[in-house]
Amino acid sequence: MTTATVAKRLSAKTGRSRWLVRLAVVLIVAVWTVPSLGLLTNSFRTSVDSSSTGWWTSLFDPVATAWTLDNYNRVLTSGGLFDALVNSLIVTIPSTVIPITLAAFAAFGFAWLKFRGRSLMFGVLVGLIVVPLQLALVPMLKIYQSTALTGSFLGIWLAHTGFGLPLAVFLLYNYISQLPKDIFESAYIDGASPYTAFTKLVLPLSVPALASFAILQFLWVWNDFLVALVFLGTSSDVAVLTIELASIVGSRGEAFHLLTAAAFVSMVIPMIVFLSLQRYFVRGLLAGSVKG
Amino acid sequence: MRPTPSGLKFLRALLMAAAVIAALWVGLRVLRDPNVFAGLGPSLSKLAQALVAMILGVGGIWALFHAANVMIEALPGRATDFLRPYVFVVPAVAVVGLYLIYPTVGTVVESFTDVPAGADPLTNYRQAFTNQEVLQAMRNNLVWLLIAPAVSVIIGLAFAALVDRVRREAVAKTFVFMPLAVSFVGASVIWRFMYAWKPPGQPQIGVLNAIWVAAGGVLVDLGLLAEVEPVAWLQVIPWNTVALIAIMVWLQVGLAMVILSAAIKGVPPELIEAARIDGASELQSFFRITVPSIWGSILTVFTTIAIAVLKVFDIIFVTTGGNFDTSVVAVRMYQEMFRFRNFGQATTMAVILLLAVLPLMAINIRNLRRQGVGA
Repeated sequence: MTTATVAKRLSAKTGRSRWLVRLAVVLIVAVWTVPSLGLLTNSFRTSVDSSSTGWWTSLFDPVATAWTLDNYNRVLTSGGLFDALVNSLIVTIPSTVIPITLAAFAAFGFAWLKFRGRSLMFGVLVGLIVVPLQLALVPMLKIYQSTALTGSFLGIWLAHTGFGLPLAVFLLYNYISQLPKDIFESAYIDGASPYTAFTKLVLPLSVPALASFAILQFLWVWNDFLVALVFLGTSSDVAVLTIELASIVGSRGEAFHLLTAAAFVSMVIPMIVFLSLQRYFVRGLLAGSVKG
Repeated sequence: MRPTPSGLKFLRALLMAAAVIAALWVGLRVLRDPNVFAGLGPSLSKLAQALVAMILGVGGIWALFHAANVMIEALPGRATDFLRPYVFVVPAVAVVGLYLIYPTVGTVVESFTDVPAGADPLTNYRQAFTNQEVLQAMRNNLVWLLIAPAVSVIIGLAFAALVDRVRREAVAKTFVFMPLAVSFVGASVIWRFMYAWKPPGQPQIGVLNAIWVAAGGVLVDLGLLAEVEPVAWLQVIPWNTVALIAIMVWLQVGLAMVILSAAIKGVPPELIEAARIDGASELQSFFRITVPSIWGSILTVFTTIAIAVLKVFDIIFVTTGGNFDTSVVAVRMYQEMFRFRNFGQATTMAVILLLAVLPLMAINIRNLRRQGVGA
């Protein structure tokens, strides 16, 4: 066998294997996309179509299909999903901002201020990353039920804050403690208090770390079901999207035209956040894969 | 300007703090009462409520910190210096103390003490480990643990390695990554639709049964199979647990893929090239060079998914409610809490979860330290 034939055989082999690689990638992408594609397609089909034929038949024949926005109209108006969407915003935005604020202050304090009990407090706080939130449910439920916190937005903001704080302090401390020392010294010489140094210097410099945690926490709270179920409950004036969606599964489990539309409503905002801020999200994921 | 006397300064700070707290109190009362904005009509009143909530939640926390700082600054110099660090760290420590430390201790204590009078402290645990349904739930957690992390890591690793060699890598990755933004509840709805079942003879509306019936139909035509029936995937024991695990895998592969893809790109190309020049095939260099170099990341992804799997709740609660032998410890705990009102058993379930998660956490943290992430 000459070297030329060897080279040819090699390239033929790589040519075929490249084709196989492509096929495998396309196959995995298809398997990962088909479920969401089905959801989206079916949410625009009539109830008759939805219960009598597969959603793919509409994709194969889009012209003959009677596409409709009726399902969205129904779940948003009579289905109570609009209120749930607003409730999700009411829960999620403060439940993201409050822990970030508390964690940023604490991270700055632990990194740059000297006081007694510093390493003990920091160790305990970050060590609590390992505790599954199930450990908190029974005692906190008792406290909530004996106070006015059950079913209140304040109650769930604080709950999400408590459960998110250890990771937030951990991530922000890692970032804030690495900031150059000189910037604080020159600020203090100019007469700034630590509070001013924190708000005017540290926060603007920490935007990447703040954004990473913000996205992680936003998605976590938006998609949370258990904490909302236990502490906020299912009554319609406070129920968030995941709760409302689960209750539609319970009451209209076979009405897939409504279920798919409702599920899609619950997914829109996290999708937008996710796709537009993917870069920060990946960074947060890499650092945050410890969370319990 | 003459410096304000410190007594007056402190009084002013105190008044400001009182005003902040009073405003928050009033605001929270308004937020609790949905009828306040009723005059605006249903949608507008809801949006008005949201606006109040944002101002309270986001503005409130900053107003509180600011008020605390003003108060501290008004104190005599030495007291200011002593107290200042605590203004920064105590709020976080206090919230975590209330929401994690206190209840964790309380849960562990209650699991031993919430027993009938005179019974020994291990009663709850003895009861848990002899109850067939609890044992079934634990077995299911074990099945989840054996399948979900390994399958997610293998698919994620394979995809990360393969996608490295195709064009439009970023687009392909986004599709696999996307489920990470979907809630467990949303994913459960998506997959309930995938698993949908219609009686034999009717057109199937679920993808899986459509494929199943079509493929089976071909086999029947060939005479290899007597008949084919659509399957109620979420009810057939034990395959329903596998069907539920598939939902978790669908959600978690993106996580595995992103972290492992970053790790693969960090392997020095010289290493791979050297192996290839020495005659190693692509597969050999992958298993002998790439995989060992990224072993730390593989382990981290595996333990991270394993921890999520041990605590899995939403998927089962929404799809089967724990029926058809699909329950797991976290679902059982919820039922003990709300259906049976048996807090002794519920806390015992929580402690069992903690004990199962702790060793994985230990591996995870040690491993992250070694890689220097967050050190």
